[in-house]
Amino acid sequence: MRKKSLVYSLFFQGGILLLLFVLQFILPTYHHSSVSKIMVLACYAVGYNFLLGYTGLMSLGHAMFFAAGMYAAGLGIYYLELSAMEGLLFGAVFTLVISLLFGLFALRTSGVSFLIVTLMFGQTFYLSILYFNEFTFGQDGFSLAKYLGKLVIFNKEYLYSNPDIRYNFALILLTTFLLISTLIMFSPVGRILIAIRENESRTQLLGYNVFYYKLFALVLSGTFSGIAGATHALLFTYVGNTFAEIHHSIAPLLWTLLGGAGTVIGPLFGTGIMFYLVDFISGVTSNYQLVVGVVLILMIIWFPLGIMGTIRQKWLKWLP
Amino acid sequence: MVKKDVEKVDQASELSLSRRNVLGAGALVAGAGILGSQMIDPIAGIAHAAGSDNPIKIGFQAHRTGIGALYGRWYERTTNAAVKHINSIGGIAGRPVEIITEDDGTDPKRGADVVEKLATLHKVDFVFGTLFSHVVMGSAPRAGELKIPYFVVSEGYHVASGALNRYVFQPCITDVRAQISAVSGWLFNNLGKNVTLIYPDYAFGYNHRDYASAAAEKHGGKIVAKIAIPPTESSYTRYFVKIPKNTDVIYHVMVGPGVLTFVRELGEHFGPNHPQLFGFIDSLEGVNINSPGLDFLESSYFWEAMPRYASATDTAGSRFYRNAVGVDNSGASKSDSKDVAAYSHMFGCWETLFAIKEAVEQSGYKSKKDYATLIETMEGFTGFNEGIAHPQGAKAFSGKTHQCYGQQFISQVNGGKLNVVHKTSIADGMYEPETDYTKQSL
Amino acid sequence: MSSWINENGPLLFLALLDGTVTAFVLALIALGLSLVFGVMRIVNIAHGEFFMLGAVFSWFAFDLTNDPLWGFLLALVVAPAMVGSIAVFSDRFILRKVKYNPESTIVATIGLLYVIQSVTLMVFGPEARAVEAPLYFRIQFPWFGYSGYKLIVAGMSAFCLLGVWLLMKRSKLGLYMRATQQDLEIAKTYGVPTQKIYASVFALGGGLAALAGVLVVPIRQADHLMGLEPLLLSFIVVIIGGLGSIRGTIVAAFIIGISDGIISVFYEPTLAKMLATLFVAMVLVLKPGGLYGEEVA
Repeated sequence: MRKKSLVYSLFFQGGILLLLFVLQFILPTYHHSSVSKIMVLACYAVGYNFLLGYTGLMSLGHAMFFAAGMYAAGLGIYYLELSAMEGLLFGAVFTLVISLLFGLFALRTSGVSFLIVTLMFGQTFYLSILYFNEFTFGQDGFSLAKYLGKLVIFNKEYLYSNPDIRYNFALILLTTFLLISTLIMFSPVGRILIAIRENESRTQLLGYNVFYYKLFALVLSGTFSGIAGATHALLFTYVGNTFAEIHHSIAPLLWTLLGGAGTVIGPLFGTGIMFYLVDFISGVTSNYQLVVGVVLILMIIWFPLGIMGTIRQKWLKWLP
Repeated sequence: MVKKDVEKVDQASELSLSRRNVLGAGALVAGAGILGSQMIDPIAGIAHAAGSDNPIKIGFQAHRTGIGALYGRWYERTTNAAVKHINSIGGIAGRPVEIITEDDGTDPKRGADVVEKLATLHKVDFVFGTLFSHVVMGSAPRAGELKIPYFVVSEGYHVASGALNRYVFQPCITDVRAQISAVSGWLFNNLGKNVTLIYPDYAFGYNHRDYASAAAEKHGGKIVAKIAIPPTESSYTRYFVKIPKNTDVIYHVMVGPGVLTFVRELGEHFGPNHPQLFGFIDSLEGVNINSPGLDFLESSYFWEAMPRYASATDTAGSRFYRNAVGVDNSGASKSDSKDVAAYSHMFGCWETLFAIKEAVEQSGYKSKKDYATLIETMEGFTGFNEGIAHPQGAKAFSGKTHQCYGQQFISQVNGGKLNVVHKTSIADGMYEPETDYTKQSL
Repeated sequence: MSSWINENGPLLFLALLDGTVTAFVLALIALGLSLVFGVMRIVNIAHGEFFMLGAVFSWFAFDLTNDPLWGFLLALVVAPAMVGSIAVFSDRFILRKVKYNPESTIVATIGLLYVIQSVTLMVFGPEARAVEAPLYFRIQFPWFGYSGYKLIVAGMSAFCLLGVWLLMKRSKLGLYMRATQQDLEIAKTYGVPTQKIYASVFALGGGLAALAGVLVVPIRQADHLMGLEPLLLSFIVVIIGGLGSIRGTIVAAFIIGISDGIISVFYEPTLAKMLATLFVAMVLVLKPGGLYGEEVA
């Protein structure tokens, strides 16, 4: 049963990713660029989902990880004159270290306590960007456009802002994240994470070191978010503290819930739908925030499983 | 009015369907979005010229929501008034002007998306209208990547500092460096030599800190204290205790919702024996000088870019403009006296649209292929004359820095009104160019 | 030593004065959150918005009556009542529907925050507006002046805190609330109408926040984004002080208020905020028994 599910899942996700690949040749310019951005943000959501959907830990501070990756990459490129790829690596490693330290500290709590700890740390990170603003460019932010250099593939040079580079870079990242998530979730580690989500004390009684598993999930989640942040800096060039605000922590929560927490592909759909919903609503009224709020409330009352989650429950039981 | 709406719908739908060959669902939605923003939008009174064969489409990146919403509202009204007037005198190079507005939420993240949408979805010729400096930083690089001319109405120093790119211009609103340099001379020579600076703890504030300090050296003044206030602050009494006793002048440039508290608490702190006050009208854009708690401002001084209160010495152009944008003689909306204008900023939108008109007409711009010619033509401008097109005053323009330079006003609060006491010359605010965009490739 | 006092004495005095005012106001705002947290075991992310609504209603009252004192009195009565009704409505149609599940209520109240904020933006507008104080006088100390109204605010907050304390300790409603907080199941078996209590607590929490908004708005100004800061501060106070404990809330509010005042005056306000948020996180992590104290982990 599991092997069959794994195969179905890989085919299903592979199909969607293939569709995304093909879409780039059809999409008009604006949507081409929107989808690139959606894919990068979906990576953030995929990372977030790992913690929320699979391990059952809700965080309101993930913007810290996203922004940490973004700033590490951005400041590294700006001050240390790293190349773009080195910046990305630096961002990933920096976020990995931060998630590890944070996890060791914060995972002694759980549930609502954990949520508040993440909220507080997220706020502190946001404030520290302002506090050190002589170094971080504070509220204004800065653009990496002039410092990125070119990407060299097969001896040809490309700008990072090249639409094809953006799209495919984001697509490759998304594919990698989805693949890793799926493989982990189908492995024994994944099953234990789900067990922890369902009933933590029972899992502990069975002899598993729940703390290490949660730490693993947190570090993976944080690092994925950080890589998404660093990639965002590379592809969209702007590094600013709005990415560390609490609203940017609420965003992946919203996307994941909408798409379906605990499904691998849910976050992608959630991110895409919210992006276009806000885009569409902004054309009709300037008060899109009202719509977002109403969507959140309706969803949590009537569709707590989100879109993919509901589909999984009703029809496609094998969906990961 | 109804007939015009119907015309608008027909024109807009023709445009939507004929220009789009590939109809993705998104494109239809976007088409609905355009219709939506032009029909249902309650804020803007969109102006259209009658014929629609070949309009010049200008994308307006508006701060409709978020912390800049007050400015966004007035920017939009001014823009619509300008377009109405331009279209009534024949449009730009005989073509009607069409404004397409998108809300960026005063958020740098969305700024880049809005530039994207205006350029690639609505396929506008130019984009303009951003005010807040962090949004400019987030959006302007994207305009450079998309290679579309981007006109900033921000008064930030970003453009002239060389931090942006050759597609970005700030042709009709002066930058803070010039403003500070221009007024500091008067300040040190007329109000006092020992100055305490109070400013917000980010780039805008740092500009004031740095350039006012430089001006102090030049005019024999002394900065006795520099007090930086974090943007998240809501109470200021703890900062006032740090103001040295020998301060002659408090130079303050607080912005944001806390300004009302700031002024009131300043009054509470000092009482009747207080140093001279010199502020920037940015603190009180959209706010009535006679609001509760602001009585402390009586006889203090403010920098203004364009005097809020009308006076007998106003030029014909200035009077025409004030009437066209619906502002009364005390700087409030004619239809709602509680709705005070952002008068020292919004003129930038009016004048920028005219500057675009002048650039298009002089360069012979017809379509995107002509961007290079347009940019080079604009870089050749040396200034703009005062008049209906430029009611704030005559301007000098530097092709190298893509920035204009103009006169500044210093006003004093007297009996609940602002009266101009000094006008600086354009030369007072000039500085050596720190960059040369003309050397960059397009 | 005496030169230190000469130089820094006024600063210290101001820090204490400001800190005290802040502490009282903070206690009032945080108390609502504390009660909701303690009795209902849920986190209300929209709590700051109830505070903001109180301030905004106060402006409307001022605008309506055109008189600072009458406007203030009107707002004092009407604002908590209206916000309380909104709270009851939210409890009935949102919180009850998600069965007070902790994580679902967080999501739902985030949605509620967005809804309240955006409706306020539509009705009130984007700009900040000042509200005149009902009673205004200036106290002149040797080194600086200070607003007399701020001291009145401190006094009125203290009065309200006392009122709530009496409610909790002496009234039947308070008894029911404390019983529900201690043990929901047993309270039910004793016939405590827990559903009504939940609604009452949520209304009380919202009403207290709105009341704080009415008191505070003449010192600050009303704008639709003003709720976020008090929310974060309330969290800090509530966690340090302990959920549902009035005494704890007041003590914690004072610790936070005074230390914020002192650190901000002598060092940097941003630093003060960072330290406060980190301190709270530490408390949560290190406190045995977790958030609710008496719970077994």
